[in-house]
Formats: sequence, structure tokens, C-alpha cells
Amino acid sequence: MTHTSPSHADYNYTVVRQFAIATVILGIVGMAVGVFIASQLYWPQLNFDTPWLTFSRLRPLHTNAVIFGFGTSALFATSYYVVQRTCQTRLFSDKLASFTFWGWMAVIACAVISLPLGYTSTKEYAELEWPIDILLAVVWTAYAINFFGTLMKRKTSHIYVANWFYGAFIIVVLILHIVNSAAVPVDWMKSYSAYGGATDAMIQWWYGHNAVGFLLTAGFLGMMYYFVPKQAERPVYSYRLSIVHFWALIALYIWAGSHHLHYTALPDWTQTVGMVMSIILFAPSWGGMINGIMTLSGAWHKLRTDPILRFLVISLSFYGMSTFEGPMMAIKTVNALSHYTDWTIGHVHSGALGWVAMVSIGALYHMIPRLYGNTEMFSKKLINTHFWLATIGTVIYIVAMWISGITQGLMWSAVNADGTLTYSFVDSLQASMPFYLMRAIGGAFFLSGMFIMLYNVIMTIRAPAGSLVEKDA
Amino acid sequence: MDYATFRGLSTVGMLILFICIYAWAYSPRRKKGFDEAANLVFADEQTGQEKQSGAESK
Repeated sequence: MTHTSPSHADYNYTVVRQFAIATVILGIVGMAVGVFIASQLYWPQLNFDTPWLTFSRLRPLHTNAVIFGFGTSALFATSYYVVQRTCQTRLFSDKLASFTFWGWMAVIACAVISLPLGYTSTKEYAELEWPIDILLAVVWTAYAINFFGTLMKRKTSHIYVANWFYGAFIIVVLILHIVNSAAVPVDWMKSYSAYGGATDAMIQWWYGHNAVGFLLTAGFLGMMYYFVPKQAERPVYSYRLSIVHFWALIALYIWAGSHHLHYTALPDWTQTVGMVMSIILFAPSWGGMINGIMTLSGAWHKLRTDPILRFLVISLSFYGMSTFEGPMMAIKTVNALSHYTDWTIGHVHSGALGWVAMVSIGALYHMIPRLYGNTEMFSKKLINTHFWLATIGTVIYIVAMWISGITQGLMWSAVNADGTLTYSFVDSLQASMPFYLMRAIGGAFFLSGMFIMLYNVIMTIRAPAGSLVEKDA
Repeated sequence: MDYATFRGLSTVGMLILFICIYAWAYSPRRKKGFDEAANLVFADEQTGQEKQSGAESK
């Protein structure tokens, strides 16, 4: 078979551009809400006695905006880009692609309106009420048809490993969403879960943890497997390892959700299964991290000059760190200290800011100029500034939450000789206050980096095609 | 077959399945195909400079 690569005009870049821009904008929206609610925890007056500005309503808006607005748009953009380029064919259907973009934006718009109004199913990361859930399922089905349709009409003999990860992410998220969102509607914006009691809790965390495992991990590993080799200009370190760790990751993640329900009404053996599977999960997680980082072996010097590669590599470092921390926190005795404390929030953000956001930002900086006929971003210096703001912000954030979380865990479990609690809840809250300020500052650092990115992206898009190319000797 | 036996057998089954996946992935016969697949990320570049080994060896 001879290679007659399709020219880039043959790819559908329209939908990729739409989702890429949406990623940056929704990232700013979601992170700004995050900084705002982080500030509310330090300055409670910031709720202005307005119901729709309270923490309880804006917190789900923050999580939905960053996971489904920012993160998922980044996955849509990169998966459509990667599947076309590695299959050397145009998307299966331009109409479906356009439908997924506008449909997804409609889902996000519904979330932005309904969550502050107080409409919620109360399931974490699945708060949207049933009509929006149905829309989401329809859009996702269109996405699946378009993605797998493209794989089927590929002009290459292999399906590149990134597409395996994207494919698993698309299928599993659809299953998780439909099963967990099953509900009995009582009116247009109110429903009750189809499951009861401990079963409902188990299904919720089977969903919740696999949303982490397949959306925030498998999907972004797909991104990593394309953009790290591409930016390092070296093929992936071990293709074999990528296959083995793919199947191990898929087989194990599904079982780990019950670690969210340690010491609850869930049967004890189910909790133990979740704990054991979470610990084993460490191996395939690090398989992915090692594979990504080792791709740079022999090209480490590029880190000195290439801030995009730096984004990608630090994201893998945070991924390795949080997938070590996660199994540790799933151990029941550790969980007894960490659960319900800020340590959990710190863990989530080392994954969300350090891994998910950084790998997406790196991928976007690689991809956006190429979508507009260039190869370089408008300003490399600003990418570097963004890199340091993001890294410092993430570190401030997670260190604050570690200290606050462990303090809370120790204070809550401290008992006097007569068996009474040593500290009241308010005592622990006062101990956490300085770290809430520190967290808000860390978040503000990260958010300010996103504004710099927006400026850099706008300038790159406005630059004429062919004007931003590598200036090497 | 009671439930405990079923669980035991399915564990052994998964173990065997994973050994097979390893054997398949690490078989020397797969090496060439995997090299080609790993280079797919570079295959659609028009410039011939940064071609990696195996990219054209279809």
C-alpha cells in the first residue's frame, strides 16, 4: 500500500475548531466559577444572600462546566482531530459532527441555566435533570456513530492506540450515563432515581468513579498517546505496553467505584473489592505514565526549549502522582483519615488541574495553529508564562488541600479520655480557613493562565495562514 | 455450579486471558505491525524530513 496522505483540506477541521475554542472559553467559565466558590468558602458574604449564588448551587455548576464543558469539549476536539489524522480519512459524517457540537453546547447551556436555579438530581457529576440527560444521551450516541464510523472507513491498516482509548471512553461513558441516569420523572424538572438505598449509592459511585476512569483518564490517555509522540517527534516508547495497559485499565477500573463508600451501608465485601481493585489499578495507571514519559527518552533536551512539551510532561507527572495517591486513599485505614476531608478535593484537583487540564492545554497549543494553516502559536513566551502560572497554581492548590484535609481528619477523629470529641466541627473549620484562602489564590493563578491562553489563541487564529511557522536555523 | 466456584473460575479465566494478551502483545511476530502502528502519528505529514523508521514500510 502506498501512502497518498489526504491533504489537510480533506479533513473536517470545522468541528475541531469549534470544540477547541469552546474548550478555552468553557474552561475560563468553569474555572472562574471555581475560583468564585473557593472565595465564598473564605468570604461567605460572597453569596450576596442570593439563592442562585450560593455555594450549593454553584458547586455543581463548577464541576459540570469543567468536566463536561472544558474537559469533554477538549476530548471532542482532539478525538475528531486524531481519528481523522491517524485514519487518514475525513469524518464519517459532517452533519453528525455539527450536531454533536451544537447538541453539546445545548447540554452545557441547559446546565448553566438549570443548576443555579436549583434543579438537580443530587447525584454528584450527574446532577442534570432527566430531559437534559436524554439530550446528552442522544448527542453522545451521535458522537459514537461518528467516531466508530470514521474508524470503519479508515485508509490505514491499523487502528492507532489513541483511538482505542477514545473508543473505550465513548462507549463506557454512554453506558454509565444511561444506567446511572435511569429515573422516574414526576414532572418536567424533577425525577427520582430508579434505584433505592445502598444500591443507588453503589450505582452512583460505579458511575462516578468510571467517569473519572473513562472520561478523565482513558479519554485523556488517548489524547496523550497522540500529542506526546507528535510534539516529541518520536513514536511512543512501547506500543506493546500501550496494549497491555489499555486492557488492564479497562478491566480494572469498572470494579473500583465502591472505594467511595468505605464505612457506609454498602456490604463490607463490596468495599473490600473496591479497595483491592483500586490498589491493583496502580499498575496499569503507571504503565500509561511510564509509556508517555519514556517517549521522551533521547529527546529530553526538547523540554528546555519547548513549553508545549513541558505542559504534556508535567501533566504525566501529575497523572502519576494522583494515580499513586488514589490507590493509597482507597485503602480503608487511610480512607478513615481522608474521607470527607479536603484531602479528597486536593486529590481530585491534582488529577483535574495537573493531569486533565495540563494535557488538554498542551494538546490545544499543538493543535490550534495547525487548524489554521500554521505550525506555531502566536507567542511561545506566553505559553511559557501560562505553564508556570498553571504549575504554581496547581501546587499551591493541592498543598493547601493536603494540609487542610489531614488537619480535618485528625481533628475530627480526636477523642478525649472520656470518649467525647476533642474538637467541634467549627474548630476544624477555623483551622482550615487559612488554607481556603491559599486554595483560592492557587485557583486564581491557574485561571489567570487561561486568560493568557485565550489571548494567545485569538492572536493565533487571527494570524494569516503560513505566517506562524517554526523559526529555526 | 455454585456461585463461589463460578467466581473462582472466572478469576482463573481472567488470569489466563491476561496471560494470552501479554503473549499476543509481546510476540516477536507482532513487532513489525506495531512499529508501523506507532508511526501512524507521523504518517500523514507531507514533509519527508522527520519520518521515523518503518513509517513507509507497508
